[in-house]
Amino acid sequence: MIAVIGLAAGVVLGLILHPDVPLWLQPYLPIAIVAALDALFGALRARLEGTFDEKVFAVSFVSNTVIAAVIVLLGDLIGVGSQLSTAVVVVLGIRIFANVAAIRRKLFHA
Amino acid sequence: MITERLKRLARLTRPRATPGQALAGILCLLVGFAVVAQVGSSTGETRFATARQDELVGVLDDQNTRLDRLHRDVDDLSRTKTSLEKDGRGDAALNEARRRADTYGILAGTRPASGPGITLSITDPQHKVTADLLLNTLQELRDAGAEVVQVGGNRVVVNSYFLDGPGGVSLDGHTLAVPYRFLAIGDPRTLTTALNIPGGVRDSLDRVGSSVSVTRHDQLTISATR
Repeated sequence: MIAVIGLAAGVVLGLILHPDVPLWLQPYLPIAIVAALDALFGALRARLEGTFDEKVFAVSFVSNTVIAAVIVLLGDLIGVGSQLSTAVVVVLGIRIFANVAAIRRKLFHA
Repeated sequence: MITERLKRLARLTRPRATPGQALAGILCLLVGFAVVAQVGSSTGETRFATARQDELVGVLDDQNTRLDRLHRDVDDLSRTKTSLEKDGRGDAALNEARRRADTYGILAGTRPASGPGITLSITDPQHKVTADLLLNTLQELRDAGAEVVQVGGNRVVVNSYFLDGPGGVSLDGHTLAVPYRFLAIGDPRTLTTALNIPGGVRDSLDRVGSSVSVTRHDQLTISATR
């Protein structure tokens, strides 16, 4: 519940503050967001399966976002940035779908 | 059943004030904030702001090519303009008009034309060459840059058509004699290469037992007109 409140508060804060994404962060923020979403859905799934652990969630959240951003940064440095970011989005997208499917099965048994 | 599930959901989402929960809340807050920030920054801006270097280079290249072409057009047109302005008696205008009339006449098929080109002869021993195949041949020639084409004694123009008939294939209503003879003005090498592409005109004509012979000419005159 706190998580949901946090999410809502974040959205509201963003709407109020109208933050500008700094230029150096612009290529990496979208990827980091996708990674964070993956961690969120993973956490929700773990919660439903009763295996949720805050520490695991925090660590996986941070490492997911950082690794995703670092992969893209590395890709940019060696000249395959756009391809690598596509790869990251695809992989994370697949994971998100798998997590959502598991959540759906848990919640609706369907 | 449903109420039970709802209860389970409620139990799962019941607030529990532990440090871990607070941390999860803060992380979620971060995600919400980042999403809104990203949405705010990616709407209302052009795609150039987020495009990568190679994409930008591509766009720039395109623009430069286009600019070059337009510059050339401007040069051509201003040259024409100066020459038109220079002579008061209208000689240049007349020449320009004549030149255009010639070009259009050749394109429309109302004027004879000459230049380098090829003659193409297609035999049909098994009577299997259809209008389709001849049309393909014509299109291949056009694709390869043939400017003026004559088939048999008929000039091919923009609305020409091939038709299968009892007496053989006809072009614009004139029955064509076998072997079918194509005269095409254009770069002889390119035209020959185009016809010899594997799986192309020559191959498909070979398949129906027809033999194709091509002769290149430095100077070929197409006299048939509309």
